[in-house]
Amino acid sequence: MKKIIILLIALLPVIGFAQKAKKDIQKTSFEVNGVCGMCKARIEKQAFTVKGVKSATWDISSHQFSVIYDASKTSLLNIHEEIASVGHDTPLATAPDEVYNSLHMCCMYERESKE
Amino acid sequence: MKNLCLFILLFSWSVQAQQQLTGQIKIKENATELPIEGVNLIWLNTSMGTITDQSGNFKLPMSPNSNKLVISYLGFKTDTLIISSPKRLVHTLLPDADDALDEITLTERRKAIQKSYLEAQNIIRVSSEELLKAACCNLSESFETNPSIDVNFADALTGTKQIKMLGLSSPYLLISEENIPMVRGASQIYGLTFTPGTWIQSIQITKGAGSVVNGFESIAGQINTEIQKPSQDVPIYINAYTSVNGRQEYNAHFNTKWNDKWSAGSYVHVNQRTQKFDKNADSFLDVPISKQINVLNRWQYTDATKGWVGFASLRFLDDKKQTGSINFDPETHRDTRAFWGSEIETQRVDASLKIGYVFPDTPYQSFGFQSAYSNHDQDSYFGLRRYDIKHKSFFTNLLFNSIISNTKNKFKTGINFSFDEYNEGVDLVDYQRRDEVIGAFFEYSYDSLEKLNITAGIRLDSHNRLGTFVTPRVHLRYNPWERSVLRASVGSGRKVANIFAENQKLFGTNRLIQLVENGGSVYGLRPEKAWNYGLSFRQGFTLFQKQGDVTVDFYRTQFEDQVVVDWEQASHIRFYNLEGSSYANSFQLELDYVPFRNTALRLAYKNYQVKTTYGTQTLQKPLQPRERFFANFEYKFENEEKGSQWKADMTYHFVGEQRLPSNSRDGVGYSSERYGLLSMQITRVFSKQFEVYLGGENLGNYKQLNPIVGAEDPFGSTFDTSLVYAPIFGKMFYAGLRFKLNNIKK
Repeated sequence: MKKIIILLIALLPVIGFAQKAKKDIQKTSFEVNGVCGMCKARIEKQAFTVKGVKSATWDISSHQFSVIYDASKTSLLNIHEEIASVGHDTPLATAPDEVYNSLHMCCMYERESKE
Repeated sequence: MKNLCLFILLFSWSVQAQQQLTGQIKIKENATELPIEGVNLIWLNTSMGTITDQSGNFKLPMSPNSNKLVISYLGFKTDTLIISSPKRLVHTLLPDADDALDEITLTERRKAIQKSYLEAQNIIRVSSEELLKAACCNLSESFETNPSIDVNFADALTGTKQIKMLGLSSPYLLISEENIPMVRGASQIYGLTFTPGTWIQSIQITKGAGSVVNGFESIAGQINTEIQKPSQDVPIYINAYTSVNGRQEYNAHFNTKWNDKWSAGSYVHVNQRTQKFDKNADSFLDVPISKQINVLNRWQYTDATKGWVGFASLRFLDDKKQTGSINFDPETHRDTRAFWGSEIETQRVDASLKIGYVFPDTPYQSFGFQSAYSNHDQDSYFGLRRYDIKHKSFFTNLLFNSIISNTKNKFKTGINFSFDEYNEGVDLVDYQRRDEVIGAFFEYSYDSLEKLNITAGIRLDSHNRLGTFVTPRVHLRYNPWERSVLRASVGSGRKVANIFAENQKLFGTNRLIQLVENGGSVYGLRPEKAWNYGLSFRQGFTLFQKQGDVTVDFYRTQFEDQVVVDWEQASHIRFYNLEGSSYANSFQLELDYVPFRNTALRLAYKNYQVKTTYGTQTLQKPLQPRERFFANFEYKFENEEKGSQWKADMTYHFVGEQRLPSNSRDGVGYSSERYGLLSMQITRVFSKQFEVYLGGENLGNYKQLNPIVGAEDPFGSTFDTSLVYAPIFGKMFYAGLRFKLNNIKK
């Protein structure tokens, strides 16, 4: 019985962790241009470099990028810019041409010409 | 080719030899487009073609002989495009009009056996489609087409097939049902036959140490079965099966969706074998006569918006088997020496409750709670021997999933508690035991999103017989280059050896039981402990425009302590703790390839060195083939109108020499001859609702002619039904039908 209590106490911090205030946690999704699995890895990896990004998934078929982030640590615009910086256009940020042009052949999505 | 669409793509006309056409193929389903693996692309009237990869992408050289590209995928309209330049092609296939009318999305468009390139653990997923390849009747027969699991011939007594992985038998595997340990303790031998094949939605096989989440008991691997979910299964499903060796099986599923949250399912299984066979004229039944009734009722609650999901299941099983002499009548001959006979009667009740909660705002965090109770009651006698076992078991598990900083770093943690109460009657001796264990676990997994995955787990358990101990397990996956994956794993496992329940075939012999007690906590023996090390490498390739992969596996299980089951002396069976060495080395080379359109080929060579020190000599485990070879070929004919189709499947098993312990039939130092077994099945799909199948097993008619040692004197000291190394029943044919009612309501 003593061991049971010790184990339960050992687990308490974990449960406390789950109770962490989540009012700053934001969940959103937007379109990110891209094509293939290589794009997916690049987009998600870059998104995770942003401090405060909890979860990032880019869906290959719909091009929807779903992100959960801590708004007290980063802004949505910052995430858009970070993704664009590795070559993938988003509604709020455009990738530099030289980065886009250096993408792998397979990742060359069709760019919408900005007017 | 019935829907010929022509698209004309005219851009540049500078066609050069050997230019590559690249692109992506998607399918349109329920108004969404998704890239799809396995779409066939071929230049019309040539043999040049390819199939799309996981992301729907393909690469295909331009053909000098044809500019018409035929794109086809099962269940979708075949399109033919005129390609005049190697510009990147993105094309979407539309559903076949005939299929679209039915509005059914039941068929999972995946490979029947999936081997992941992405997970750290070596997990093989088997879908229900694969399970249909052999008309398997229960879980123990579900592995016939899977090279990672060896299906063995059990004793002549029970007709129950035992499975082995990495050269170790099922007690060293953790066999769970929806992550609740299931085939263990009293049900170790017959438990696999208690899950009807049609109830199975999918199976996940983990080679090697496995995860710490489900306990410390797995040593060679884990097999988890997912049962049909009432919200996903068809409203009505009927299956009937009959075979020429007198076996009949019936399955019925009824699923109801009460509202958008609640659904319920009732699953009924009945099987029986009433006809008596003695083809080898040894006066003993070739296969037991049997009867099983198995009923499962489960309720499912899903509230996707709030993040709750729950399952409640209740199951009842009644199983009876009778075997022995063909003239044996239980009423008059039980407990006499007139005829040798045996009856095994099992009743079992299982109840489980599972609740899961996913935080709606932070879906990477979730809680899971599982609780299961079972009461297993087996009464059996074998000639004048008796074996009764009652096993009550309770298991509960509380699990929390979350992340550290972001979803590249995930963890699972939780606690579990279980108790097992055993009451056994072994001949004239009664054994009683109560095992209690409480444990806590933590498993961390890292995903680099590209080349590397690591899963490292540790658990601490406090067991009233095993003491307090730590179980570490680590898995690693790395992609050194494209389409390759390297996996490594190491971990430990322990278990209590339920020596009688695990070795029930000993009762089908007149061997004397000898327990060499050493003051250990279970039957006077120390529990078992082993380390498992594994290395696996897979490389995908494209040969003649078709995809395939090659896998090489090596696993070693090293026992630190083991309860040795020693059959070496013909008159005895001895149980003692290992003194010396015991290990199981397993090597497997596997090839998967799609030689032609609509076909799949799987070849495997396996080599096992499973050695244990018996007394003074270290020998290969008895009845463990050193070598095995496996081949499976499947062919799906072109889809016809209204979804009707022919499917054919062929499996070949080669079983190498097996060492037999010395006995009065074979003498000393005998090894069985090698043999091969061929089975085939043909399925005729008439529509999405109805299909019929016909098959044959052991078509080469290989038989072990005298499976029972000392059959002429079943009460004499040499009588032994445990030394069976090949099928007793020769070639066997079966037939069955499946009926699904998909849409009751719109």
